[in-house]
Amino acid sequence: MKLYNEPSPLETRVISKRFGTQNSWRVDTYLATGGMQAFKKACEMTQDQIIDEVKASSLRGRGGAGFPTGMKWSFVPRQSELPKYIVVNADESEPGTCKDRLLMEHDPIQMVEGILIAAKAVGASKGWVYIRGEYRYLIDHMDAVMKECYERNLLGKNILGTGFDFDLYTQTGAGAYECGEESALLESLEGKRGVPRIRPPFPAVSGAFQCPTVLNNVETFSTVPAILNGGGKWYAELGTPRNGGTRLVCLAGHVNKPGVYEVPLGMNMMYFLNEIGGGMLGGRKLKAIIPGGSSCPILSAEECDIAMDYDTMAKAGTMLGSGGMMVMDETTDMVKVALRIMRFYNHESCGWCIPCREGTTWLRKMLVRIIDGNGASRDVDLIGDLAQSMLGRTFCPLGDAAALPTISLVKKWRPEFEAYVAKNPFASTELVQVA
Amino acid sequence: MSNLVKLTINDTPVEAPAGSLLIDAAKTAGIEIPAFCYYEGMSLQAACRMCLVEIEKAPKLMAACVVPVAEGMVVRTESEAVVKARKTTLEFLLTNHPLDCPVCDKGGECELQDMVFKYGAGESRFTEVKHHVPEKQWSPVVFYDGPRCILCYRCVRVCNEGMGVGALGVVNRGVVSEIAPSHGDHLECDECGSCIDICPVGALTSGAYRYKTRPWEMEHTGTICTHCSDGCKTTLGTRNGEIVRGNNRDRSGVNGEFLCVKGRYAFDFNHHPERLQAPLLRVDGKLEEVSWSRALQVLVEKFKAVRDAKGNVGVIGSTRTSNEEAFLLQKFARTVFGTNNIDHHRSGDVATLLDALSGKTGALGTSADCYTSKAVLIIGADLSQQHPFLANQIRANVRHHKTPVYVVTPGAVREDKTAKKAVRAGEDWLAAVENLKGSLAGEKELLVVFGDAVKGEGLRKLVALGDSLGIPVKYIALVDYANSRGAMDMGLLPDLGPGYHAVEGKAGLTLPQMLAATDLDLVWVVGANPLKKASLASSKAFVVVQDLFRTETAERADLVLPAASAYEKNGTVTNTCGEVQRLKKAADTVGAKTDLAIIGLIARGLGVNLGKVDADNVFAEIQKTVRGYNVPLPVIVTGGAAQTQPVNGRVPSNVLPDLIRSAGDTLFTTGTLTKYSKVLNEVMEGPGGLYR
Repeated sequence: MKLYNEPSPLETRVISKRFGTQNSWRVDTYLATGGMQAFKKACEMTQDQIIDEVKASSLRGRGGAGFPTGMKWSFVPRQSELPKYIVVNADESEPGTCKDRLLMEHDPIQMVEGILIAAKAVGASKGWVYIRGEYRYLIDHMDAVMKECYERNLLGKNILGTGFDFDLYTQTGAGAYECGEESALLESLEGKRGVPRIRPPFPAVSGAFQCPTVLNNVETFSTVPAILNGGGKWYAELGTPRNGGTRLVCLAGHVNKPGVYEVPLGMNMMYFLNEIGGGMLGGRKLKAIIPGGSSCPILSAEECDIAMDYDTMAKAGTMLGSGGMMVMDETTDMVKVALRIMRFYNHESCGWCIPCREGTTWLRKMLVRIIDGNGASRDVDLIGDLAQSMLGRTFCPLGDAAALPTISLVKKWRPEFEAYVAKNPFASTELVQVA
Repeated sequence: MSNLVKLTINDTPVEAPAGSLLIDAAKTAGIEIPAFCYYEGMSLQAACRMCLVEIEKAPKLMAACVVPVAEGMVVRTESEAVVKARKTTLEFLLTNHPLDCPVCDKGGECELQDMVFKYGAGESRFTEVKHHVPEKQWSPVVFYDGPRCILCYRCVRVCNEGMGVGALGVVNRGVVSEIAPSHGDHLECDECGSCIDICPVGALTSGAYRYKTRPWEMEHTGTICTHCSDGCKTTLGTRNGEIVRGNNRDRSGVNGEFLCVKGRYAFDFNHHPERLQAPLLRVDGKLEEVSWSRALQVLVEKFKAVRDAKGNVGVIGSTRTSNEEAFLLQKFARTVFGTNNIDHHRSGDVATLLDALSGKTGALGTSADCYTSKAVLIIGADLSQQHPFLANQIRANVRHHKTPVYVVTPGAVREDKTAKKAVRAGEDWLAAVENLKGSLAGEKELLVVFGDAVKGEGLRKLVALGDSLGIPVKYIALVDYANSRGAMDMGLLPDLGPGYHAVEGKAGLTLPQMLAATDLDLVWVVGANPLKKASLASSKAFVVVQDLFRTETAERADLVLPAASAYEKNGTVTNTCGEVQRLKKAADTVGAKTDLAIIGLIARGLGVNLGKVDADNVFAEIQKTVRGYNVPLPVIVTGGAAQTQPVNGRVPSNVLPDLIRSAGDTLFTTGTLTKYSKVLNEVMEGPGGLYR
């Protein structure tokens, strides 16, 4: 497996340390490089000790929402007649995000070990890796990896003689962004239409097949072995308080060295962009950054001198999201960015609830019309108003994901929208009111 | 009583049971929280976002349909944010809605119209092109107009959860999502039309009704369906005297809003072109139309001659005529002709059940018990085919209360899917039930619903087994048609008079005996078709038939009188659970008379005093004289159902179990009437087991 970008010496490589090494995905390589030690350690620990260690690491979910992982695990009822399950969200579909595929390509057994530790922590004996359908090649790869894991007793009965049993399966998505949302993923996993569920109950209580389920992102599980090996405290101190550890950032757009880099939380975004990302492409001026996947409100160049951790980003009105950072230079047409984003969300809206289904369609049609030179002067306000009308009113966060960047675009680059509208000579023609 | 929670809605203190949903709590307090997708009794969706309300301390607006009430909760349903949210949700909904209200069947009774009227904006800001797809026909009775659909998923849920059929689903995603049949382009289902009724907009329309009228042009009459014996209330919409629609949206009657294909569409026999509109008299071997006065003259002369000559008379009554008509018919036969040769097609052994339960109270199940009983045992009946409403009640019971259902039937039935135990047994049903005894005794109570296989001695053994369980047991004896039960109660039996009293004198001939007898002088058939598969041995008999159509029996008649249908008369009928309900006249057929009027006219011609012959008067007499029928009149008059009381005392019945045989109708057949219902014949894609 080749790496897509040169690693940077400025990275802190915790979960990506095996990336690019020969046969990094084979059991032998994994065991030879300290693999499965964390699992063996976990087998010596009580369930509470494991969860406490993860809590101490202040690891937060790497899928986008950033929910504290240890807390999530602790919500799984200890006493339950129902079986408990582990589900891995490998439906990596947030535009700009491409880290989970690397983790599965280069170091899949690290994730398997993380799953085993989570299973140990909550008492699960079965799990699924839900992989997006577009990652066809990865499914074959994961199946081969798991086959080897079974052959080498890293999965199955009495794993490595610890007396612990665990079965892991892969499950293919069918190409819906919505199925990256945890409850829609579970519906899809169960073979149903991928629409989100009403919560509560949360998956920790009633997840896959109505049983208690731990559902985390690939990166989250992949991080767990390092936490148990190095200790929660060590991991937490890699980052900033309440924002423990490192994470993979997928740098894309108008930069010299796009790629996936592992950096500690709290690194300055401009430092990251310039030192690791090699600065702006062609020496052009920075215009905007989408910090964590297309669902995030967009930062203008002035706002980008900021620490990349969950809390600082929240304060700046945006999110770290899934780590998909997209950099745009001064040549970028922000109205077209708005349309590109809205096209995506409109295409991916599952149709379950009205504001998202109808709102994204309306906004898409309106943006197309504006770009075609048929905008009306009231349209700019209307875009903002419609996006506001979706925000917080949809069934799942997809509506918010479509609304947030749109609202920020209209707010921060309003003159660009107005310029488009001004191309229409009839833009300010008022609709005639019939008395 | 569950604990009450105190909360505040719009500054009004409200108390609601813990665990209840905010939307329901508001409703009981008289505060409307609008919603499309929320539907009582169905699973929750939270999809339409119309019920968003402001809850103090919540970070955003919350969907009232999924939020349970909590102590001290402070809710605002009319705040600025809520009003704006509703307005934009409706604006969103209307973006792709075609606004073809002037030609939409739903116009006038459309929930979207009402919501926009009450909560919507005066004008829309939407100036883009609407998404459009052509209308589709899924079955003879179900059409789907995608653009009108607001995707509330009520139809999907009512079909899957309510009917247990699951013929509908959702395809595509986003704005092009639409409802689609599970079988691609067509429905394979019960054709019950519940999806059409439950649709808040005009997306699902009825093939039988569409483009016939505007809703406000109809008159509505709530009467009882004349098909199976479940006794569903169907509200018939008539326009210019023609019945154009059947539904029960006001949820009156025992059935709430449930109706099957027959209750909803099979009123169409009423306007069949072959309906008789003038009496037919056999002249020179051929039936010819004559006037009513001529017909009555012939009839009265004949009746007089037979009476005076003490001739042999056979009277065959109906399973669909009203209680009053059945009562008056047997009274006429017994008093005027002095005969007990009275019978009808029997389909359930009610007489033995009443006898076996003699002295017990509360042992007769009602249709409501099917929904509330803590356990149900079904013996020898395919409920979803033959008793769709009772099947629906039991399904709802399982869905809402997780009630255990035990099934003992000869073949696979739909109830198998949700049954705790399903056993295949035909004639040997009793042994199968005995095997279940251990499980049954562990239940808190039991409702036994049984078909025609359970009769005579077997039925007595069943009741004995029920007694031995040591838990309260109720029974429902299933019968075939709208008033099969009433026919027995009213004494259309050779050995039992009204109220299951022994007849005076010798018991008369049974139906097969009448058909086989060679010495009958007069055979009087009122609303029955015994000669459909049999012949009459008495070749000399003068045969009088009162019916809607020229049935096989009418073809053999010497005189045929055109009768009014159940939808054209007032009176009462009794369903299979013994619930008495009121028939109300919804339509008229020129030339037809009710069987009650016909019997009255004959009596008058003969100079016999049967009392004042009208439905109310005869019912008053039934109340006084028929055991169990002293039911509260106000309940019945106001459209309610009153269960007859059990017969307190032995029933001196010499039931001949061989005579009790269900006609075995399916969901799409209804005895002789099947032939005259266009809808039933159209939708009959595969009779019997296809839709299990």
